[in-house]
Amino acid sequence: MSDTALSPPLYKANIRPGRIIAWTLLFIGGLMMISPLAFMFSTSFKTPDQVYDLRLIPAAPTLANYIAVLADGRFMRWFFNSMLVATIVTVSNCFFDSLVGYTLAKFEFRGRYFIFLAILSTLMIPTEMLVIPWYLMSSQLGWLDSYWGIMFPGMMTAFGTFLMKQFFETVPNDFIEAARVDGLNEFQIWWKVALPLVTPALSALAIFTFLGNWTAFFWPLIVTTSKELYTLPVGLSSFAVEQQIQWEMIMTGAAIATIPTLIVFIVLQRYIVRGVMLAGLKG
Amino acid sequence: MAAIEQREAASGRPISGSGLSMRTKRLLWVWSFLAVPILFYTIIRFYPTFQAFYLSLTNWDLVRPPKLVWFANYIKLYKDPQFWKVFRNTFLYLIVGTPISLVLAFAIAYFLDRVRFMHNFIRALYFLPFLTTAAAMAWVWRWFYQPPPIGIINDVLALIGIPQQPFIRSTNQALYSIMVTAIWAGLGFQIIIFMAGLRAIPNTFYEAARIDGLGEWAILRKITLPLLKPTTVFLVVFSSIGFLRIFDQVYNMTTNDPGGPLGSTKPLVLMIYQTAFNSYAMGYAAAQTVVLFTILLIVSLLQLFILREKK
Repeated sequence: MSDTALSPPLYKANIRPGRIIAWTLLFIGGLMMISPLAFMFSTSFKTPDQVYDLRLIPAAPTLANYIAVLADGRFMRWFFNSMLVATIVTVSNCFFDSLVGYTLAKFEFRGRYFIFLAILSTLMIPTEMLVIPWYLMSSQLGWLDSYWGIMFPGMMTAFGTFLMKQFFETVPNDFIEAARVDGLNEFQIWWKVALPLVTPALSALAIFTFLGNWTAFFWPLIVTTSKELYTLPVGLSSFAVEQQIQWEMIMTGAAIATIPTLIVFIVLQRYIVRGVMLAGLKG
Repeated sequence: MAAIEQREAASGRPISGSGLSMRTKRLLWVWSFLAVPILFYTIIRFYPTFQAFYLSLTNWDLVRPPKLVWFANYIKLYKDPQFWKVFRNTFLYLIVGTPISLVLAFAIAYFLDRVRFMHNFIRALYFLPFLTTAAAMAWVWRWFYQPPPIGIINDVLALIGIPQQPFIRSTNQALYSIMVTAIWAGLGFQIIIFMAGLRAIPNTFYEAARIDGLGEWAILRKITLPLLKPTTVFLVVFSSIGFLRIFDQVYNMTTNDPGGPLGSTKPLVLMIYQTAFNSYAMGYAAAQTVVLFTILLIVSLLQLFILREKK
C-alpha cells in the first residue's frame, strides 16, 4: 500500500464554514479521547495534596512518585518480565507464522489445503475456552508460574500465519525459481529472497504481536502466582489494589505501563496505521 | 538450466547425482518447515479444544480426577440465576456498546477523511487509546468515576450544575460506565478501518453521483453506506466479539467485588474466571466456556451468512 492511501484525497481540500465546524468538533473530540492519558500523566507528576487540583499542568511537578514506584523494585521486574515475554513471543511469531505462511503459499503438496483450513479453524476458538486445559497442562508439566507458562500459548497464531500467507502469495514465483537455479536451498530462499519482499507485513505482525502481548492480562493473571513473575498489567493491577486510594501512585504505575506503547506509536505511527489497515482488510 | 529444473520437477526423477528426486527433496523441506507448527497446533490448540468439551461433561475440582457427569453442568448452568444475570450483562455490553461505538466511529471517520489540516495529528489522538493497556487505563477511568472531589467527571458535572453521579458504585450505572471505557479503547481501531473502507471506494462513483446532481446526504445513503457494507459487517462482528469477551476493564474497575456492585457488571468471562480459578469448579467453568464458544461461533457464522447472501 502506498503512502497516498494514507493521506486524504486532494479534491476535498476546499474550505467552507461547514468544514471549519467539522474540524473544530473533530479536534475537541480528539482532545477528549486523549484526556484520560493526559490526566494520567499529569497526576503522575503531582504530590498527594495536588491530586484534587484539576489543572493539567501540575503547580509544582515532582518526580517523587516515579522514584517511589521504581525504588520499590517490583515495577522494574514486571517491566522486564513483560519486555522479555513480549519480545520472545514476537520473534517466535515472526519466524513460525511467516515460515508456515510461506510454505502454504508457495509449495504444492498433498495436505496443503487441509493444513491451511486446520490452522484457520483455530481462529474460531476463543482463548477463554482453552485456558482451563492450558492450566491443567501447565500444572502437570510444571509450567505454572514460569516465563514459558506465560508465553507458550501465543508462540504461533493463526492470524499471523494467514496474514503472512496472503502476502507471500504476492511474491512472484520467478524470484523463487531464480534462487533455486542459483543453488540456494529452500530455507535460504525463504529467509534471503521471500522474507525481505514482505517486510511491511512482517513489521505489522511484529508490532501487533508485541503490543498484544505487552497489554495481555487474562492468561498471565491465571498462570502466574508469584509476584516476581507477574507481567506489567498483572503487576499493576495488584499494585493498584494495594495502594487503594493513592491515585497519584496508581497513575504513575499506569503511566509506566503506557510509556513504551507511546514510544512505539510515536516512532512507528505510519507503520501501525498502515498495519491496522492491512490486517483489517486482509484478515 | 531452468528448463532442466522444470523437467526434473515434472518427471519427479533426479537428473543429477544426488539420491533424491527434486520433488522428494522439496517435500522434505515442506514437512520439516511444518513439523514444529503442526506439533504446536495439535498440542496447544486442537487437543485443548477437545479437552474443554470433554471437561464440560465432567465434575472436576483439580484434586480428584474428573468424573463424567454428562450434561449435569449444562443443566446446572440453565438453572443458575447468576448465569442468566451474567448472560444478560454480557449481551447488554454487546447490544448497547456495538451500535454506539460503530455510529461514533463512522461519523468520526467520515469527517476525518475529509480533513486535511493536521489530519495525521487528529487521527493519532483518536487512535492512541487503542494501543493502551486496558488493565492500566481501567484504573484511570476508575479514578475519573470517583465521587467529588477526586473524580474528574463529577467535578466537571458540578461545574455545569449537574448533581453528583455514583457511576461504578451504582447497580444501574456501573455497567454503562465500564462500557464507556471499552468503547473509548476500541474506537480508534474502528475509525481506521472505516477510513480504509472509505478510501477503497473509487472516486468515479462519487463523480458520477455529482454529475447526476445527488446531494451529500443522498451520496452517503445511496453510495457510501452500501459500498461500505463489508467493512461495516466486519466491524460489527469484531466489536461484538470484543464486547462478548470483555474482562480486563471489568476486573480492574471492580476489584473490591469483581463484577459488582451486586454482580451488575459481571460478564461471562469473569464468571468463567471465578468459577475456574476461585471456586476450582473446572468442569462447570468448562461448560461456561463452551457456551461462550457457541455464542462467538454464531456471531462469526452470521457474518459469513450476511456477506454471502448480498454479494
